Amino acid sequence: MDAFTTHRGRVFPLDRSNVDTDAILPKQYLKSISKFGYADWLFDDWRYLDPGDVETDTPSRRKNPQFALNEPRYQGASILLAGDNFGCGSSREHAVWALRDFGFRAIIAPGFADIFFSNCFKNGLLPLSLPAATIAELFGLAAAEAEFELEIDLAAQLVRSATREWHFDIDPARKHHLLEGLDDIAVTLASVDTIRGFEAQLQAREPWLFRAGPDRA
Amino acid sequence: MAVNARTLYDKLWDRRCVSTDDEGVALIYIDRHIIHEVSSAQAFEGLRAAGRRPWRRESILATPDHNVPTTDRELGVDGITDRVSRQQVIALDNNCREFDLLEFSLTDYRQGIVHVISPEQGMTLPGTTVVCGDSHTATHGAFAALGVGIGTSEVEHVLATQCLRQQKARNMLVRVDGALRPGVTAKDVALYIIGQIGTAGGTGCTIEFAGEAIRSLSMEGRMTLCNMAIEAGARAGLVAYDATTEAYLKGRPYAPAGEDWQRATADWQSLHSDPDAGFDLEHIYAAADIRPQVSWGTSPEMVVPVDAAVPGPQDFDNPVKAEACESALSYMGLSPGQAITDIHIDRAFIGSCTNSRIEDIREVARIVEGKRIAPGVKQALVVPGSGLVKRQAEEEGLDSIILAAGFEWREPGCSMCLAMNADRLLPGEHCASTSNRNFQSRQGLGGRTHLVSPAMAAAAAISGHFVDVSQGEWV
Ligand code: SF4
Repeated sequence: MDAFTTHRGRVFPLDRSNVDTDAILPKQYLKSISKFGYADWLFDDWRYLDPGDVETDTPSRRKNPQFALNEPRYQGASILLAGDNFGCGSSREHAVWALRDFGFRAIIAPGFADIFFSNCFKNGLLPLSLPAATIAELFGLAAAEAEFELEIDLAAQLVRSATREWHFDIDPARKHHLLEGLDDIAVTLASVDTIRGFEAQLQAREPWLFRAGPDRA
Repeated sequence: MAVNARTLYDKLWDRRCVSTDDEGVALIYIDRHIIHEVSSAQAFEGLRAAGRRPWRRESILATPDHNVPTTDRELGVDGITDRVSRQQVIALDNNCREFDLLEFSLTDYRQGIVHVISPEQGMTLPGTTVVCGDSHTATHGAFAALGVGIGTSEVEHVLATQCLRQQKARNMLVRVDGALRPGVTAKDVALYIIGQIGTAGGTGCTIEFAGEAIRSLSMEGRMTLCNMAIEAGARAGLVAYDATTEAYLKGRPYAPAGEDWQRATADWQSLHSDPDAGFDLEHIYAAADIRPQVSWGTSPEMVVPVDAAVPGPQDFDNPVKAEACESALSYMGLSPGQAITDIHIDRAFIGSCTNSRIEDIREVARIVEGKRIAPGVKQALVVPGSGLVKRQAEEEGLDSIILAAGFEWREPGCSMCLAMNADRLLPGEHCASTSNRNFQSRQGLGGRTHLVSPAMAAAAAISGHFVDVSQGEWV
């Protein structure tokens, strides 16, 4: 996984709350068995005027001029500014892969849904919460300045604009993992003996959980 | 509050906590891992790339459900006409074969929706941890088990380590006192609660559902309720263990038997919150206040009783909610003040991991017996949650009642809950749906979903519009 230290980038404001993972990446793209290649399908129902699926040729699709992400100034945007409860609904990690593949490295919102929040960290994407009042202020700045950019300094836990800075809270464990770009599985497997020990005790205490069952009998 | 008093969630956590590091991250041991085709291919790919194997293959049950047709089941994967979908189901079959995992494949009579088959097999057991690459894993909490929905990276993590890295959630109590009125079901309770606390109301929490109204629910009803905990933003939903749980599990294929059963049931007796345990948040409701519910918008919190009217932006003090109301109404093609019972439906969908169990099918048969679907209704689908549910319903003759009323009787799968297969709404169509999400385009591009109970969906199909099933001829 890519490490996240400091990132500076163009902000794409999406002023809606409860943006669900069905909206971030619609179900027809969940048929793909790859972990990459989702960029063209991000916010698909909003971005295109005609429907598509994994086999549709993207350049042939008409883009929705009403959806701001299609504006030239947001090509290359890497920080998403959004409303509360971002990423609610389905657990599909494909939604995070689509954001990542499009080029987003961070999402700033008042709050996130739990599973989405956790999925972000597994893919080097930083979901960062700021108070609703600060978010409103950032939306104001993004509306006022056509090419609004922010810098995020994870080590210092600061979001900076050209003139201001805001502190954000982050859980120390998640921060550490992201800063180092750690692989969770490798980290957990360092405790393999502890897990084996726990498992043996559990088997002694609740042996019924370890029986083979009728299909393997 | 007594110092040692613990909630059910605290107890489940303690039972499976392998270790906790300095930063507060715990390794939670996983007893059961349910796998389906949509969230697993990339996880198996990662496992293979790293040269790893599943830690404990006996903990795993796999089945294709999200992306499968609900017709022509005898053809197996060849019955999947969509090439990409077929490839994904074949990938699951191949992964299960390669790693020697138990799979109820498309032609197995036990195949069905992940959250229906694991409980009915007795795989989901009290006191355990259950994960699945699917948000509705919360369903399993009905068994006093910790059911947690995870993403694909975590699926790979559990395959490789048998553990989940987690930080403990907060404890929330939702208590519903008194008895439910006739015609009011677990689904109405779930929608009512989400309407009250909102879709982010449970964020960061595990919700324990308690109180007389919950205790009197069947296991099917408790599963419906816990299933929707995720729609309230919660990480998991829970109901304490009791005689109802025990009676449901006894004799199931994967449930403990003989001496194991004696030991297990003795062990499970402690799976409830201690009387003086403290919760971080509490919400208390009266069952008598709950009426049959219908969602009018594009989020499960946008819900009202069936005898109410569609709200308008002016009904919300919060400007964000007022704006969300306005955009939802324009998507749904509804106007403020319109009576819910005046909403006409084009299709009805009875199915999904929320409502596709035998009790739900019985309820549908009771409502539609001797009646016909309204002329304006294009389709009314009944999709049983598993092959076993289907078989049981057919043994009880429910399929003939349902077919005689003009409904379709399909093969098990997620179907129109997320419309990854051929079952879907057309743009602008209104659907009375027993599923769990009314997001834009969830059931088909431009489709308009109204979340309701099975009885409400069945009665709407018969009437052509929503009706109050707690009144008159329907009770
Ligand atoms: S029935 Fe619907 S909610 Fe349930 S697992 Fe399938 S797609 Fe998900």
